Amino acid sequence: MGRRLWALLVKEFIQMRRDRVTFGIMVALPVAQLIIFGFAINTEVKHLATLVFDQSRSAESREMRDAFVATGYFDVLREVESFSEIEKGLQSGAASVGIVFPPDFAPRLQRRQGAPLQVVVDASDSMSAGSAISAAQMLGMVKGQELMARWGMTPMTVYDLRLRAWYNPDFVSPFYMVPGTLGMILTMTMVMITAAALVREREQGTMEQLVVTPVRPLEIMLGKVLPYVIVGYIQLSLGLAVGVVFFDVPVRGSLTLLYLLTLPFIAANLFLGILISTVARTQMQATQMSFFTFLPSILLSGFVFPREAMPEIFFQFSRILPLTYFLRIARGIMLKGAGWDALGGDARALGVLIAIFATVSLMVFRRRAE
Amino acid sequence: MNAVDVRGLTKRYGNFSAVEDLSLGVPRGQVYGFLGPNGSGKSTTIRMLCGLLAPSGGEGTVLGVDFRKNPKELRQRIGYMSQKFSLYADLTVLENLRFYAGLYGLGGGALRRRVDTMVALADLEGQEKSLTGTLSAGVRQRLALGCALMHHPELLFLDEPTSGVDLRSRRRFWDLIYDLAAEGTTVLVTTHFMDEAEHCDHIGFIFRGRLVATDTPEGLKKRFPGTIYALETPSPPALLENLEEEKIPGVRDLYVFGPRLHAVVEGALPEALGRWSPREIPPSLEDVFVALVQDNERKGER
Repeated sequence: MGRRLWALLVKEFIQMRRDRVTFGIMVALPVAQLIIFGFAINTEVKHLATLVFDQSRSAESREMRDAFVATGYFDVLREVESFSEIEKGLQSGAASVGIVFPPDFAPRLQRRQGAPLQVVVDASDSMSAGSAISAAQMLGMVKGQELMARWGMTPMTVYDLRLRAWYNPDFVSPFYMVPGTLGMILTMTMVMITAAALVREREQGTMEQLVVTPVRPLEIMLGKVLPYVIVGYIQLSLGLAVGVVFFDVPVRGSLTLLYLLTLPFIAANLFLGILISTVARTQMQATQMSFFTFLPSILLSGFVFPREAMPEIFFQFSRILPLTYFLRIARGIMLKGAGWDALGGDARALGVLIAIFATVSLMVFRRRAE
Repeated sequence: MNAVDVRGLTKRYGNFSAVEDLSLGVPRGQVYGFLGPNGSGKSTTIRMLCGLLAPSGGEGTVLGVDFRKNPKELRQRIGYMSQKFSLYADLTVLENLRFYAGLYGLGGGALRRRVDTMVALADLEGQEKSLTGTLSAGVRQRLALGCALMHHPELLFLDEPTSGVDLRSRRRFWDLIYDLAAEGTTVLVTTHFMDEAEHCDHIGFIFRGRLVATDTPEGLKKRFPGTIYALETPSPPALLENLEEEKIPGVRDLYVFGPRLHAVVEGALPEALGRWSPREIPPSLEDVFVALVQDNERKGER
């Protein structure tokens, strides 16, 4: 077994070295994607274009207006003279938020009565609407308590909620985007590489020549998987470097543990690719099938939407996606400083996935080789 | 004992029989030529014998081993060169040879010595560092042979090894095959070149999935029914048309053969053919195959 596997590995490395373009793409891809995603996908939306319809024109309304601007979420585009201008602005997309002060805003405050003010938000983009709404609510509460204190009243809260956002208190989006993007890049390249591998050998006729030698199917598969584990680690290292250098993403837990637990993740993806490769008849089919695994990986793994909110069937389905476990491992170690006791289960789940993918691949491979 | 001994070998795809009830005995140390038109089942037969394809029926042994039950046991003892070029084009000559040496379990000094031997045997000196994809078809075939012989196989399957290879390279290739046979390797080779078939110890003729004749080249020629006369004519196709209409008794068959028309006659030469200065010629293998094909086509029509 040793010599045959060694021969396969040497061959694979020589081919990898000769195909510099592919190797370059595999290395450059994670760096480029991480930088793009890290900067572009910013789920924390600030600086929303805001229209202000101030019918009060008082010191009170100006103070509140400035407080809105000071949060950083609202940039006043201009003052408007009617509500219909706000309607037009939001409809055309020129603005996302409209703030309306009623004429009696200042007198009501002076009489120490509750003063209404309206904040209209364009919720067709739920992400920016969400941050605008929470920022406005927070502002209303804080400013309200500030005024009550100024008036000599004791601000009273019945439920004293003290919210603490752990692990990412400032909601810095690269902190959770980077581990996720890293996992997504690894999923795409690893699955793609091995998905094409066996099909290509079959199309080129080299598989037939392999099958008449004493080499075993498992050796052929390992010969395709092992070299790319190294490529996976190169991607992981480059990706982490980009995350730390460009986005100050922390690695709060053990870096060694992260490297260790990435191994079953890389291997699971490579074997998933092998499985595709044994089923597909052409390289084209293999590529298409790989793409079919990417979308669920991105949408169902918890990368974009929380898994807990999914219907039961999708929640269960996400268990067969390697990315699901890697997200927990990477976010766990990098952001929460989690250790083996918290992540051992995820590592074991990945081990189960490897066993399943490899076994099914071998069964299909043997049957196809007759 | 024969190197290959199979009975009733059959491969069906749905209703279509690629190989039907084929029985074959290949003596050890011989060069056995498989002949037949394209699509007649030559490759299918070879692929079943090397364990690449599961037969639908039949039984027998290859090198004394039940080839259906123990294909794995055979792999260390047989060599196979497919019709299609099947080495790595992005590896050099040496890298390909080393790769196959490794797959056959060679390592260290033994691997180096064997690879050197194969470079010499396949006449690849000076090309060791060339990328396989850049080699000519002839050199590639010799390299493929080198790879297939890496492990001293007792039995070598060659599927159309010389198709697409120029004449000189074909000769060189066949010289290698004779040397192998002289050293005791059994070679089972498919070809559609008659001159190559002439040089085989034994020939099996496959037609529509059936082995319709098997013998030595001499034996096949002796079995040729009737006598062949070559007719001189400026336009063999025109004469063929005329004579076919005439339906001369005693003339069993007529066909264009190069610049002449061949008439296959049973019994004495009919006088009607005298006008084209008929000359009796010994049947070549090609005559034998034309006769076999026509014979079998008639049977098929019936």
